[in-house]
Amino acid sequence: MRIYALLVYLFLYVPIGIIVLFSFNSGKAASQLQGFSVQWYGKALSNTFVVEAFQTSLTVAFISALLATLFGTMAALALQSLTGKLRTLFDALIYIAVMVPGIVIGIATLIALVTLFEWLNPLLKAIWPMAEAAPQLSLGIGSLIAAHGLFSMALVIIIVRARMAGMDRSLIEASADLGATPFGTFRQVTLPQLFPGILAGFLLAFTFSFDDFIIAFFVSGSQTTLPIYVFSSIRRGVTPEINAIGSMVLAISLILLITAQSILRRSAPKS
Amino acid sequence: MRSRYRTALFLLPAGAWFFAMLVLPLVVVFVFSFGERGPAGGYVPAFTFDNFLNLGARWAAFKNTMIMAPLGTLACLLIAYPLAYFLAVRASPTWRTLLLILVIVPFWTSILIRSYAWIYLLGGQGLPSLLEALGLGNPRLINTPFAVLVGIVYGYLPLMVFPIFVSLERLDKRLLEAASDLGAPPMNTFLTVTLPLSMPGVATGCMLVFILLMGEFLIPAMLGGGKVFFIGNALVDLFLQSRNWAFGSAVAVALVLVMVITVTVYMHLTRRWSGGRDDVSLM
Repeated sequence: MRIYALLVYLFLYVPIGIIVLFSFNSGKAASQLQGFSVQWYGKALSNTFVVEAFQTSLTVAFISALLATLFGTMAALALQSLTGKLRTLFDALIYIAVMVPGIVIGIATLIALVTLFEWLNPLLKAIWPMAEAAPQLSLGIGSLIAAHGLFSMALVIIIVRARMAGMDRSLIEASADLGATPFGTFRQVTLPQLFPGILAGFLLAFTFSFDDFIIAFFVSGSQTTLPIYVFSSIRRGVTPEINAIGSMVLAISLILLITAQSILRRSAPKS
Repeated sequence: MRSRYRTALFLLPAGAWFFAMLVLPLVVVFVFSFGERGPAGGYVPAFTFDNFLNLGARWAAFKNTMIMAPLGTLACLLIAYPLAYFLAVRASPTWRTLLLILVIVPFWTSILIRSYAWIYLLGGQGLPSLLEALGLGNPRLINTPFAVLVGIVYGYLPLMVFPIFVSLERLDKRLLEAASDLGAPPMNTFLTVTLPLSMPGVATGCMLVFILLMGEFLIPAMLGGGKVFFIGNALVDLFLQSRNWAFGSAVAVALVLVMVITVTVYMHLTRRWSGGRDDVSLM
């Protein structure tokens, strides 16, 4: 039994380990280790395409996670006191957002936005004071943020609601009994208790956006995120530079993940 | 009354976002699936069922998906169950949490990088050259259905382990003691007590993995080398290469329909399986 478990863990971690190992390989050969070197990291980080893609990914992940956390938390708070049809509608929307495959969300967003822009752009040009200077709407950072934020928001709502379910209601009642205003109770009792859930939601949303390939593949327009860059360079062939980029991507999501986990665990409501 | 305004105000941004980026795009896909392809790609309004009647043109992608998705789910289940059992029943409580986190962590890291790792391992200079050095021939591993299957198990194992673990952990251990006290051999206890009681977790895990596999693009694209073609790969081809939005939308609608039907049938069946055993779980 133990040996079996060990084998499964090896299966899970050896491939990742090999990527990391070979990212420090001084030689170019993919088959043998020739010595320790960080040259591939240097090469990756001095490649302007990589740096730009990295910046795009970080920008999209940060803004989409921030908006998703804000609006998702607000929605989770409002849904708490809601029953009836509107509640059912929101539950259904959250469920659909999580269950519909990313690829379908990607193509749906692509054709909906492109069609919308085809209508709006001539209109903008007509009403703009100087037709030549009229803004052209197109796919890019904005559509990436909007599409990633959608899934992230559903994720945040689910996490914050789970947190609410485990919350100690008696504290809220006590606060009200002691004469605190509803807003005071919210700020001093509810929010501190929810905060770990909100923060974990933000970190997971960031990780999702940073790692997402399939939605970005459709809605990125002329922008390149890091996963899109990696995907297209793999098509051109396996290089040690990709190992270095891959190791950095893994490291970033691992750090975020471990932080989210420890926040959730350390502050888990005792039951 | 004021709190009702506040509720509405708090729900407004999320509601607008859901509407603009989820409801509207999905409606557009549905509408476009009845349209026609424009002369330079894209979409021309029309009302025709031709796209759906033409779905047979992508039959291979549907067939591959409907073979590989259940196969991949089964492979995940067979590998995940013993591990989940070990974690829930055998592993010492001090290590359990850490071991469980170690299973889940890979799921939250980039599937792209993890699939890339297998290109490295299964490619010519990886396992095949190792096997050759051992005198076991030089089999072609990358760009085969086998490689895709390995990638699938690698990618989705965590998602299968977790729900099975949860259902096994909730299982009342006294039932197992009772069975062995009453003289049941370990195998019988497993088959008549443990396995049936863990079926809800098995069902959840299988459904999650199966749904995600139906929409998979990356793993077959990277490890199948264009030879193992899923619906997801057909969709990328239709929208990004040939720009046939109307037909592509019909394929997407068909994919979602097949998913909804499979999940409904599956849930109906699992409810019937566990239907007679609800009394057991109440003990």
